[in-house]
Amino acid sequence: MPSATIKIEAREKARQSGVMARRVQAYSILVAWAVLILVFTLLLPDTFLTVQNFTAIANSKTATVLLTLGLIFALAAGEFDLSIGAALSLGAAIPAWLYDVYGTPVLIGILVALMAAALMGTLNALLSVRYSIPSLVVTLGTGTAVIGLVAGIVGNSTISIRGDWWNVVLTHRTFGLYTSFWIVMLIALIIWYILQQTPIGRHLYFVGQGREVARLAGIRVNAYRYAALITSATLGCLAGAFLLGNTGAIQARIGQFFILAAFAAAFLGSTAIVPGRFNAWGTVVAVYFIETGITGLQLLGLQAWVSDVFYGTALVVGVLVATLATRLRSRLSARST
Amino acid sequence: MVAETVLQITGLSKTFGATRALIDVDFSVQAGEVHGLVGRNGSGKSTLIKVLSGYHVPDPGSQLTLGGREVQLPISGRQAAAHGLVFVHQDLGLVPAYSVLENIRLNSWNAQGFERIHWKTETAEVEEELDRFDLNVRAETPVAALSQVDRAIVAIVRAMHHLGKDGKGKVLVLDEPTAYLPKDSVERVFEAVRTVAQTGAGVVLVSHRTDEVLSLTDRITVLRDGRRVETLSTSKTDEQTLVSLILGQTLSSFYPDQVTAKSDDRVLEVEKLNGGLVRDFNITVNRGEIVGLTGLMGAGHDEVPYYIFGARDATSGHIVVNNQILKTQKARPSKAIAAGVVLLPADRLNLSGSAAASVEDNVVVPVFWRYFSGGRLKLAQIRTRVNYLLENFDVRPALPTLEFSSLSGGNQQKTLLAKWLQMEPALLLLHEPTQGVDVGSKSEIFSRITDAAEAGAAVIIASAEYEDLANLCTRVLVFDSGRVVGEVSGAEMSADRLLGLCYRGARARGAHGMIFQWRPYRIGFVPQGTEPEFIETPAPVSVSYVFRWRPHRVGYVELQTLQKAMEPAATPSLERVFQWRPYRIGFVPQGIEPEFIETPAPVSVSHVFRWRPHRVGYVELQTLQKALEPVATPSLERVFRWRPHRVGYFDTAE
Repeated sequence: MPSATIKIEAREKARQSGVMARRVQAYSILVAWAVLILVFTLLLPDTFLTVQNFTAIANSKTATVLLTLGLIFALAAGEFDLSIGAALSLGAAIPAWLYDVYGTPVLIGILVALMAAALMGTLNALLSVRYSIPSLVVTLGTGTAVIGLVAGIVGNSTISIRGDWWNVVLTHRTFGLYTSFWIVMLIALIIWYILQQTPIGRHLYFVGQGREVARLAGIRVNAYRYAALITSATLGCLAGAFLLGNTGAIQARIGQFFILAAFAAAFLGSTAIVPGRFNAWGTVVAVYFIETGITGLQLLGLQAWVSDVFYGTALVVGVLVATLATRLRSRLSARST
Repeated sequence: MVAETVLQITGLSKTFGATRALIDVDFSVQAGEVHGLVGRNGSGKSTLIKVLSGYHVPDPGSQLTLGGREVQLPISGRQAAAHGLVFVHQDLGLVPAYSVLENIRLNSWNAQGFERIHWKTETAEVEEELDRFDLNVRAETPVAALSQVDRAIVAIVRAMHHLGKDGKGKVLVLDEPTAYLPKDSVERVFEAVRTVAQTGAGVVLVSHRTDEVLSLTDRITVLRDGRRVETLSTSKTDEQTLVSLILGQTLSSFYPDQVTAKSDDRVLEVEKLNGGLVRDFNITVNRGEIVGLTGLMGAGHDEVPYYIFGARDATSGHIVVNNQILKTQKARPSKAIAAGVVLLPADRLNLSGSAAASVEDNVVVPVFWRYFSGGRLKLAQIRTRVNYLLENFDVRPALPTLEFSSLSGGNQQKTLLAKWLQMEPALLLLHEPTQGVDVGSKSEIFSRITDAAEAGAAVIIASAEYEDLANLCTRVLVFDSGRVVGEVSGAEMSADRLLGLCYRGARARGAHGMIFQWRPYRIGFVPQGTEPEFIETPAPVSVSYVFRWRPHRVGYVELQTLQKAMEPAATPSLERVFQWRPYRIGFVPQGIEPEFIETPAPVSVSHVFRWRPHRVGYVELQTLQKALEPVATPSLERVFRWRPHRVGYFDTAE
C-alpha cells in the first residue's frame, strides 16, 4: 500500500516539523541571551563580562523573579492579577513599618503581611469568581486601594531595617549569590514541579484554556481560580519581604514599579522553555534576559529610563513572538483540506 | 440551450508536501444554478474553496475562468471580489455588537472617506434589500439580537449586496451556512439562496447534509480523496446514491447494526426531574441500551443530559446512577464522573473541548491522575496513550500537539469521543453528537456509540436527527413542552414516526399551540394598473414538507419565439425560459389525496402578494384542535401547489 506509506510518512514529517519548531522556539531565548551577552562583552570588554556584574544582576532581581512566579499562577488559570504590586508593597512596607515603629520582629511583620495579602487574594477571587467581574478590573481596583492604604499607614518616607537579621541572612553570599537568590531558585523548582509534573498543574492550565470544558471534565474550576489568585497575592507579598531583606530599606509605593516588569517577564517567559505556557523556568530566564539587556545599556551610559523602554518593548515583543510562533506551528502542521 | 458558465475550473491540483489534496479537478458553475459541493472531511472541498478565496496557491497548470474571462492563479481576495466572487463562510463573519445595517454596509457605504453617511437613505436601501429576502428585522437591530437563522440570512444579504442587484456572471460561495442551524429553520436560508440564484448568479453550496443538498441544488459535484468523482444532476439522483458516492461504499454499512446486548442491570434511574423546560421527567436505562430523546426546538429534551450530569442545577428530582445518588442541586460534574457518567455537549469549541488547548490536553484532561505516579506525571506514557487513541479513533491528522480548533468538525468529535470513551463510562450522555460532522465521520461515530453500548454502557442521545435516532436507538422518547409525549421502540421505529410524534406533540398534550394569521408575501409581479388577483390558499395543517411549484430555467430561446408564447416581453436578445417544477412546502398525512391548486402564471410588473402564516400568539390547545383537525400520522406524502413567478417584462406605458 504505497499511498498508506506516504500518508504515514507525511504525518510523521508533520509531527517532526511541529516538534522541531517547538524545540527551536523553546530555546531561542537562550540563544538571544547569549548573543546579547556577546554584544555587550564586545562593546564593554572591561566592565560587562565580570563575575561582579553577573552576581549583581542575579542578586538584584530575586524579588522580581518571585513576583513573576506568583503571577504566572494567576495567568495560567486565565486570570489577570494587577494587585501583585500591592501585594509586594504589603510584604515590603508593613514589616518595615512595624519594625520601625513598634520594634516588632521582622518575621512577625512578614507573617502579618502575608495574611493581609492572602486576604486580598481571597477578596479578588470572591469578586471575580462569585460575582463574575473580570479579574483585570477587580485587581486593578483592589491593587490601587491597597497600595493607597499601605502608603497611608506607612507614610512616604523611606524606612530602613539595615543590620536586622532578616537583612543579614538574605544578603549573605554563597558562591557570591545572596541567600534570597538560592531560596527563589528553590521556589522556582517547586513551582516547575507543580505546574509541569502534577495533575494539579495541568488542571490549572486547562482551567485557563477552557473554563467550562474543565468544569464538565470534573475539575473544580472555582477552587483552582481561588487558589491561583491567592497564590499570586501571597507570593507577591513574599517577594516584597525578599526585596526588603535584599535592600534593607523600603518605600510604601515601591510595588507600583514592579507590575509592568512582572507582566513583561511572564509573557516573554511564556514563549520560552515550554512555549505557549506560563512556566517557571521560562519566567526565570525571561527576567534575567531583560535585566541583562538593561544592565548592559546602563553600563553603556544610558540613563535609568532605559529600563522602562526595555520592559515595555519586552512585553509587546513577547506577546508578538508567542502569537507568531503559534501561527507558524499551525501552518507547519496544517494538513487540513 | 447552452447556459452561461460563470465559473470554470480546469485541471486544478494542490499538493501539500507529500499529500495531494486536489488532483486534476474540473468544476463549473452556471448562471442561475445552485451547485452543491459535497464530500467527506479531507476530500478536498475546503481546499478547493480556499484556492478560490486565494488562501491557497494551487499547483501550476490549474486554470480558473470567471465570467468568461481567464483569471491568473493564485487569485487575491480583492481580485476575487472584483470578478464577482463572494463568500459566506460558516462563521458568517458578522460583528454581533454592530447593527444589521452596519454589518451589511461594513465597507460599502455610499459615502466615502470623511463624507457624511446619510443614515436615512442607507437604512431605507438596506431595508429594501432585507425585504427582498423576506427578512423581517429592522436595519438598526444589533446582530447579537437576531436568531442564528436570521444571522445567516443577513450574511447572505451582505454577500448579495457585494454582487449587486444583477447577479449575472457573479458567483456566491456558501461554505456550510447551515451547519449550526436548528433543522426546522434552514428552509428560510434556502429561500434566500434561491432568491440569489434567481438574480442569475451562480451559487456554490458546500454542505455535509445530504438531504439539504438534494432539496436545494440543481447539480451536485462529489469529491473524494482529492478527485472529482462525479457531477450529477440533482433531479436524477437520490440520497442513497449520493451518500455511496461520497463514501465510496454503499449506504447499507452506514449505520452500525442495532445493539443486541440486552441486560436487566439498571444503570440510571431518574424520578420527577424538574428544571428549565423539563417537567416531571422519569426514566430508567439499563446496561447496553441506547435511548434517544427528541423533540422540536424548545421541547426540553436537549436539557436532560445536562441535568443528569450536574452541569446545570435542576429545581427538583431524584437521580440514581449505579446505586449512587447524584445531587440535582448544587450538583458537581466531578461527582457524576466519579459515578461513571460522562457528557458530550453539542457545543464543541466551548463546552466539549477547549479550542486553544492541544489535542493531547483535551483528551487527557479528565484522567491526568491516572498518569501521576512516583511523584510526577508520566508524560511519555500520556503521549503514547494519546497517539494510540487518536489512531484508534481515526482522528486525522493524528498529531497530539496540534491545537484542537485546527481539526475539522468530524475529527474534533472523534477526539472528544476518545476522551470520554477511554474512561469506559457506565452512562454516556450525548447531545447532538453529529452536528457539523461529515458523513464519513458520522458513520464512524455511530459505530463507536454502538460499540460502547455493546460493551455494557447505557447511552442517552438528545438529538433532533430523527433518521439517526431511528437507526441507532433501542427506544426514543419524544418531548413536547418539557414533557414526554410519546415513546417509540421496536418495529414502530422510523424517522417519520418520530417526526410525526414531534409535531403531534405540539398539538396533542402541551398547554399551548400556535396560532397563525395570514400575511401577504410577495411572489411576483403584474402590470401596473391591473388589479392583482388574490388567491386564497388554505392554511397548511400538518406535518412537514409540502411542495409548491417553482420555475426552473431549462434553457434560452430567441425572444421572438417567446413573445409569441407570452405576450408581454422585455428586451431584445435572449430571454430565459422557465418550466414549472415542484417545490416542497410541507407534508400531508398519507392516504389523503393531496389537493392541487392551479395558479395561473401572472404576467408582470408590479408586486403581487399572497397571504402566508405568521404567528401572532398562543391559544389553548383544545380551541386549536377544533380548528385544525387532521394530525400527523406515521407516514407522509408530498403535496404540490402552484406559485407564480416572473417570466418576463412588458412596458407599462403601453
